[in-house]
Amino acid sequence: MIAYLVRRILYAIPILIGVNLLTFTLFFVVNTPDDMARMQLGIKRVSQEAIQNWKQQHGYDKPLLLNRAASGAEKFTDTIFWRKSAGMFVLDFGFSDDGRSISREIVTRMGPSLAIALPTFMIGLLVYVTFALMMTLFRATALDLAGVALCVLLMSISGLFYIIGGQFLVSKLWHLVPISGYSGGADSFRFVVLPIIIGVIGSVGASSRWYRTIFLDEIGRDYVRTARAKGLSELRVLFRHVLKNAMIPILTGVVVVIPLLFLGSLLTESFFGIPGLGSYTIDAINAQDFSVVRAMVFLGSLLYIVGLILTDISYTMVDPRVRLS
Amino acid sequence: MSFMPEILWSDGLIFLLLAAAGTGAWYVRRHEHLLLPWRRLARSATAMVSLLVLSLFLAIGLLDSLHYRAALPQQNSGETVYSPEVLSAFDKLIEPLRTHTEKTYSAPLAITLYAKESTTDTQGNVVRDYPRLQYGGAHLAEASQRGVDVVQRAVIGAAAGLMVGLLIALGSKRCLTRRNLPFRALFIAILIIASLIGLIANLAAAYHVLGTDKVGQDVLYLSLKSIRTGLVIGTVTTLVTLPLALFLGIAAGYLRGWVDDVIQYIYTVLSSIPSVLLIAAAVLMMQVTIDTHPEWFETTASRADLRLVFLCLILGVTSWTGLCRLLRGETLKLREMEYIQAAQSFGVSTLRILTRHIVPNVMHIILIALVMDFSALVLAEAVLSYVGVGVDPSMISFGTMINAARLEMGREPMVWWALAAAFAFMLVLVLAANLFADAVRDAFDPRSNLSE
Repeated sequence: MIAYLVRRILYAIPILIGVNLLTFTLFFVVNTPDDMARMQLGIKRVSQEAIQNWKQQHGYDKPLLLNRAASGAEKFTDTIFWRKSAGMFVLDFGFSDDGRSISREIVTRMGPSLAIALPTFMIGLLVYVTFALMMTLFRATALDLAGVALCVLLMSISGLFYIIGGQFLVSKLWHLVPISGYSGGADSFRFVVLPIIIGVIGSVGASSRWYRTIFLDEIGRDYVRTARAKGLSELRVLFRHVLKNAMIPILTGVVVVIPLLFLGSLLTESFFGIPGLGSYTIDAINAQDFSVVRAMVFLGSLLYIVGLILTDISYTMVDPRVRLS
Repeated sequence: MSFMPEILWSDGLIFLLLAAAGTGAWYVRRHEHLLLPWRRLARSATAMVSLLVLSLFLAIGLLDSLHYRAALPQQNSGETVYSPEVLSAFDKLIEPLRTHTEKTYSAPLAITLYAKESTTDTQGNVVRDYPRLQYGGAHLAEASQRGVDVVQRAVIGAAAGLMVGLLIALGSKRCLTRRNLPFRALFIAILIIASLIGLIANLAAAYHVLGTDKVGQDVLYLSLKSIRTGLVIGTVTTLVTLPLALFLGIAAGYLRGWVDDVIQYIYTVLSSIPSVLLIAAAVLMMQVTIDTHPEWFETTASRADLRLVFLCLILGVTSWTGLCRLLRGETLKLREMEYIQAAQSFGVSTLRILTRHIVPNVMHIILIALVMDFSALVLAEAVLSYVGVGVDPSMISFGTMINAARLEMGREPMVWWALAAAFAFMLVLVLAANLFADAVRDAFDPRSNLSE
C-alpha cells in the first residue's frame, strides 16, 4: 500500500510538470511578456520603458527557458519558467498582479467555497442515488419512463437558467433569502442555502440518469437473481445487494471530484457573490491576471491527481478483492 | 443590387462538415450491413421527431452561413465598394426583422416602448407617456385594437401554417410510410411545427413577437441568429476532437508500448486540468494574440468569426481525451480478437489492419460520442460567454444574449423576454439533440437489445 502510494505520488510529478509546461507555453510563448505588458498597461502607445518597468515589477524580465548570460545551475534557475513554476511544487504561488499573496488568498477563500460545494455534493449524492434507486425499483413502468423523461428535460436546461430563475423566484419574488452575499459564521446559512439547492437541482437530471444506468447494469446480474430466489423483498435486494455492488462504478465517478470541491464553482459563486475560489478565478480571468489563472490550473490538476489516488484507495475499502500493489 | 460572396472560416468548415456527412451517408447507403442500425433508428418516433426539429435548426444555420457583402451605392465612378457589414442569406430572408429596430426595450407584442418618455405634443405641452413603437403595431390607430388584432393575426397565421403543414405531411406520406418511418408521430410534429411557424411569421410581420432588447433589436431575430453560433460550436468542434481522438486512441490501443505511454501521459495531463480553466487560459491567450494583430481582419465579422473558430479549436483540444480513452480501451479489446490475429499472421500491414479492421469496428463509439457531445457544447457556449471566455461580444449567441439580459434583472418591471427567449430556444435545441443522441445510442450500441 505504502509502496503503491509512493509510486503514484512520484508518477504525479511528471504530470504536474507537463501541466506547468503547457500553461507556460500558453501564457508566455504564444505571446511574449511584452504583449502581456502592453495588455496590462492598456494604452495603445506604451513606451519601452514602461514595459520594462512592468516586466521587472512582475518578474518577467528574464529569459524564458534558458539564461545564457548566467553560469552553472543559474542557467536554468534564473529564468521566467523556473521562477514562476518551481515555487508551485511547494505550494508557493507567488503574487497576483495587484500584489497580494496568492497562497494566502487561496487559504482564506477556501472556506466559503467549501461551505457551498461540500453540502451541495453530499445532499446531491443522497438525492440522486435515491431518485435513481426509485427509478430502478419501478423500472419499465410508466413511473420510470416519467422519471427518465424528467431527467432528460432537466439536463437539457442551461445551468444558467437554474441560477437566474432560482434567484428571481426565491429572492426577488418571495424574499426568502438575500439575492447574493456572504458572511462568515452561523449567519451564513441564509446566504448558502439557495446556492446549495440550485446546485443540487442543476445536475439532478444528468446524475440521476447516470446512477440509474449503473443500477440497471447490476440488476441483471446472477447474484440479484439468487437474492430474489432466496425470497428477499425487492427493496432489500436493491439496498442490500445492488447498492453495495454498484459502489465501484459510483466511486469511480464520485471520489475524483471530492478534492476539486475546494475550487468551488465558478458560476454559482460569481452569481451569488460568494468570496470563494471560484469567484477569485473568474475575477482573475476578467482582469487577465495570468499568475492567478496559472496557480488555479496547477492547484486544479494537483487536486485531480489527489482525487485519482483517493479513488484507488476507496476501492480497497468497498471491495476486499482489490489490493493495491 | 450586386454583392460579393464572403466565405468566413466557420462557413467553410461547416460546409466541409456537410460534405463529409454527405459522403458518409452515400457510403453507408451502398452497404447494407451499415444501414441496419440506421433503419432501427428510423423506426423510433422520438428520434425522427427530434431529427425533424434538429434539421429545421440546421436549415436556419446553413442559410445563415451563406455570407455576402452588399455593394454600396456608387458615390464616385470607379471600382465598386462593398459594405463592411457582412450579411447572410438568412438575414436577407428575414430582412424586416433585422432592419426594424426600435429605440430601446419593448415587451413582446407591445406597441409602445417599455419606459415612459417626455415628448412635446402638437400644442407644445410636455407629455410623459409611453411612446408608440416605430414598427411594432404601427398599423394600428388605437392601442385598444391590439388584443383583437393579435388574436386575429395569430389565428390566420396558424391556420395558414396548418394548411401548408397538412399539404407537406400528406404529400410526403407515401415516401415516409414506404421507408417504415413513424408516420403518425411525424404527421403531428409537422402540423404543430408548421402552424407555430405560420403563427410567429404572421405576427412578426407587424409586431416584435419576442420584444426588443436594449438597443431596440428584435429578440426573435437575435434568437434565430444565435442558432448558427450554437450549431457551429457543437459541430465544428468535432473536426478537432475526431481526428485527435481517433488517431491517438487507436494508436495507443493497438501499438501499445512507449506510444501508449506517451499518449496516456498527454491525455492525463490535459484531463487533469479543470476544463473551464484550461479553456479560459487558452482563450485569454487567443484574445491577446487577436488584440495585438488588428491588421489581420478586414471586417468585425471576420474577427468575431475567427474567434469563434479558435474557440471551437480550443474546445476540441480540451475535450478529445474522453473519446480517446474510450477508443483506446475498445482497440485494446479488439486487437486480441481472432480475426485481427489472423490478419496479423497473414502479414497484413499495420496500417491496413487499422483502417480495414479496427476503425470500422469503433465507428459506433465515435458516432455516439459525437452526438452526445453536441448538446453539452451548445450549453457550454452560454456558460463560457458568461465567464467572459466565450464568443466575441459582437457575435450574436445565446451566451451573449443571456449575458446582456442578465444585467437587466434588477429593473422594475423586469425585462424578462430576452432571457426567456434565449433559454427557450436553447432548451428546444438541446432537448432535441439529447433525445436524438439517446435514440442513436440505443440503435448503435451493440449491447442494446437487438431482438425486436
